[in-house]
Amino acid sequence: MANTAVTLNTTSYKAPTGITGFDEITDGGLPSGRTTLLVGGAGSGKTIFAMQFLTHGVRDSKEPGIFVAFEEAPKRIISNFESFGWKLDELPSDQLFFLDAQPKPDFIQSGNFDISGMLAALEAKVKEMGARRIVFDALDIVISLLPDAAARRHEIYRLHAWLLENELTGLITAKAGRDDHSSVDQQSFSFMQFMVDCAVVLNHRVIQGVSQRNLRVQKFRGSSFDEDESPFVIGKNGFDVALARTLGRVDAEVTNERVTSGVERLDTMLGGGYYRASSVLITGFPGTAKTTLSGAFAEAACERGEPTMFVSFDSDGSEVIRNLTSVGIQLQRFVDNGLLRMISARTITGSAETLLVRIKTLSKEHKARCLVIDPVSALSKAGNELTANGVAERLIDWSKSDGITLVCTSLLDEMSGQTDGGSPLQISTLADTWLHLNYLVQAGERNRGMSIIKSRGTSHSNQVRELILSDDGVTLADIYTAGGEVLMGTMRWEKESAERVANEVAEVAAQLKKVSLDAEEAVLEVRAKSLQTELVAKQVEKTLLQRTTESREREQSRGLERMKELRGADIADTANKVDKP
Amino acid sequence: MSPPTVIKFKFRLYVAGDTQNSMQALANLRKFCQTYLADDYDIEVIDVFKEPCQTLDAGIFMTPTLVKLSPFPVLKIVGTLSQTEIILQALGLDARTE
Repeated sequence: MANTAVTLNTTSYKAPTGITGFDEITDGGLPSGRTTLLVGGAGSGKTIFAMQFLTHGVRDSKEPGIFVAFEEAPKRIISNFESFGWKLDELPSDQLFFLDAQPKPDFIQSGNFDISGMLAALEAKVKEMGARRIVFDALDIVISLLPDAAARRHEIYRLHAWLLENELTGLITAKAGRDDHSSVDQQSFSFMQFMVDCAVVLNHRVIQGVSQRNLRVQKFRGSSFDEDESPFVIGKNGFDVALARTLGRVDAEVTNERVTSGVERLDTMLGGGYYRASSVLITGFPGTAKTTLSGAFAEAACERGEPTMFVSFDSDGSEVIRNLTSVGIQLQRFVDNGLLRMISARTITGSAETLLVRIKTLSKEHKARCLVIDPVSALSKAGNELTANGVAERLIDWSKSDGITLVCTSLLDEMSGQTDGGSPLQISTLADTWLHLNYLVQAGERNRGMSIIKSRGTSHSNQVRELILSDDGVTLADIYTAGGEVLMGTMRWEKESAERVANEVAEVAAQLKKVSLDAEEAVLEVRAKSLQTELVAKQVEKTLLQRTTESREREQSRGLERMKELRGADIADTANKVDKP
Repeated sequence: MSPPTVIKFKFRLYVAGDTQNSMQALANLRKFCQTYLADDYDIEVIDVFKEPCQTLDAGIFMTPTLVKLSPFPVLKIVGTLSQTEIILQALGLDARTE
């Protein structure tokens, strides 16, 4: 065909399953027009996987599907799936057809047989409804009825050939596992695995009483796929496969936007607050106000009008709210107006993976932009030690890609070293910002100290601050260092008051000095004024003197003139000599 | 020229064309009937490839399948019918043979 090359792109030769995570692992879904084998033990979720594949085909890919049930009656299957909210009964039967192919209890067998009858009947149905997807659920039931290995191989081959001929995307499920009680013998099983184009293995283990489910793509001809085991859970909406990393997804958009931590001085220490969509880890021993700090963050987020979710593993939501009220963090009002959703995770049981999926689902429902998990170390409870790390990683990865600002608290084991205290989940390396809370015991007091161990991409204070909880809220106080030791609590207060007193003394002294200087200044000014007056007096006196001298001289010379006139003689010479010495 | 009597055994055999299993089943059935049922039987052969819808309605998934329509109850026997004992037992004829 001329257009073969054109149609061979990722989208056209994969049939999406609609299973969160699985389509990413396989880069698009199951091989379209080919056969996939899904193997797993009893209760490993084969039927759910298959049904999700079919319903997704009908609903989202416009591919009608046929479900061939060998093990369970279709009615029972439909009612089993009611809890998933897929509304199977709403799908018209020309879109999703169930074929009840269970061997009847009164089934009598004599000699060899084949499945041509079923395939003939199915072929008619496929043509009638234009089916593109088909599921053979629990094929092992029929295969095991066949008398010998040759016959089994023959029927498997017949089925495969039929699927190819009809260009159907086939999914065959079969019970098989590591246990030898599987109903498919090893030979037929390996033949099936060899024949199909894609093989997926489901695993269900119970480790220390906690159920752990895993999915692994064993082979996928002509496609890249993630070979590792991926944990999955069967949640409210069916399968949810966890991805170790977001494959093929474009890096989450990085933003420079800051969100407040809810503590003003902490924002300053962080150079403006946490980054939006970053993950913050708050570690500390019990009672170091981890919950309070995260509560302050939640309150601030709600005040900005952002939907926020607070997951508490330790206590009920109402308890958390009450306790936080005592330090001036009022969360009830946001619960009432629907912005804040408190989740008490004590009631959620199951594996760490289940918890993560529940948290994801709930936060999607709530459209949360900020998320608090208190404490995240609860994920590594008994039975989850092995998986908790991966779960914590995915938690951070997921929140980042969804643009959710995540604040996790983590309890530190008293045994795990007091000074630096790495988090047991190792998320301290993954988190963007790591705040550490500590107790400082000093002078008979326990005081809370807070330090920023790291904060990626922000300049941050290197100082240990004292965290003070009061009725008005949370604040940070500077601490004093004296003799190489930080001072907190009463000692800080003492130091502060001593400094205050010293300040007051200095201030009074300065005032005194000023007053005395003022007085001196005044005296000098007065003196300057009197001297000025004196100067003026002297000047006046001097002028007067000059004037009298002049007038006397004038009088004298006038007298001489007069005498000359009167005497008609000249005697001025003598008079002048007397007056001018 | 026997008058039309009610035939006791009515069979319907679903076959998949002329595949080996199906042909074998037809041969075995004919032989069985001639041996044990005299002329008191009727065989209807249905090819699933030609009548897929009827096959689907009848719930026939494995071929060959022999359906005993009468006497009541309806009974299905799957396979090539190579084991006479099982068929005799299924038809409730095993006691008579002893």
